[in-house]
Amino acid sequence: MSETITTTLDLRGLSCPMPIAKTAQAIRALQPGELIESLATDPGSVPDFRAWCTSTGHELVEQTEEAGVYRFVIRKTG
Amino acid sequence: MTTAEATLDAPAPAPARPEHVPHDKLVIMAWSGDLDKIWPTFILGTTGAAMGMETTIFFTFWGLFPLVRNDVHVTGENWMQKMMSMMNRGGTEHLKLGKMNFVGMGPAMMKKLAEEHHVASPAELLEVARDLGVHLVPCQMTMDLLGLTTDDLIDGLEEPAGATTALLEAQDAVTLFI
Repeated sequence: MSETITTTLDLRGLSCPMPIAKTAQAIRALQPGELIESLATDPGSVPDFRAWCTSTGHELVEQTEEAGVYRFVIRKTG
Repeated sequence: MTTAEATLDAPAPAPARPEHVPHDKLVIMAWSGDLDKIWPTFILGTTGAAMGMETTIFFTFWGLFPLVRNDVHVTGENWMQKMMSMMNRGGTEHLKLGKMNFVGMGPAMMKKLAEEHHVASPAELLEVARDLGVHLVPCQMTMDLLGLTTDDLIDGLEEPAGATTALLEAQDAVTLFI
């Protein structure tokens, strides 16, 4: 992916609801269109990030998993 | 005018309305001060605010005790209120489990497990909830009943209010009673 990621959050080890809560706190500082990357190890964060994007309207651009680390790239909408 | 030009001139189409129709408000009636009930109350309240829901938690009866400052030992004006506060000390650090309390061993084990599994404590969740703008409303009647003053309670709370305020908020909200 060539677009620049504005903020990366290391949420590894945190349990529900902190990966979402901390992403919600951090995304406030972004401009619409900018990207935030969240790294989490809580398997529940996979459905929860999808649900959060559905609820807030932010766009889940990318979601991958590598060695137990889930990576979510989210575009802030206005 | 060709079709292509017409398409170019047309305003951008409105984004398709998603099938999901979200509620934009969450109200939680926090009635229980048990650790294993106030914990999910704070988890859900924090998450609701994170999801962009305008979130209000109304703390009533035993649910008000988690909002007592951790450094306050005895609350109340008369002996009955004082005795009740001694038997049921407030503050996030002094909460009991609804089951398997075992004179405090249960909560100690639960806190140890939570630390090991990196589950945020009620106090941490409360901090995030406040940062995300969750409205924390103490019940005025409970405060009068138990002799609690705003000085006994943590900072960052809304003005104490009554059942009417709580139900007005709840009228167009997802409402939970915990």
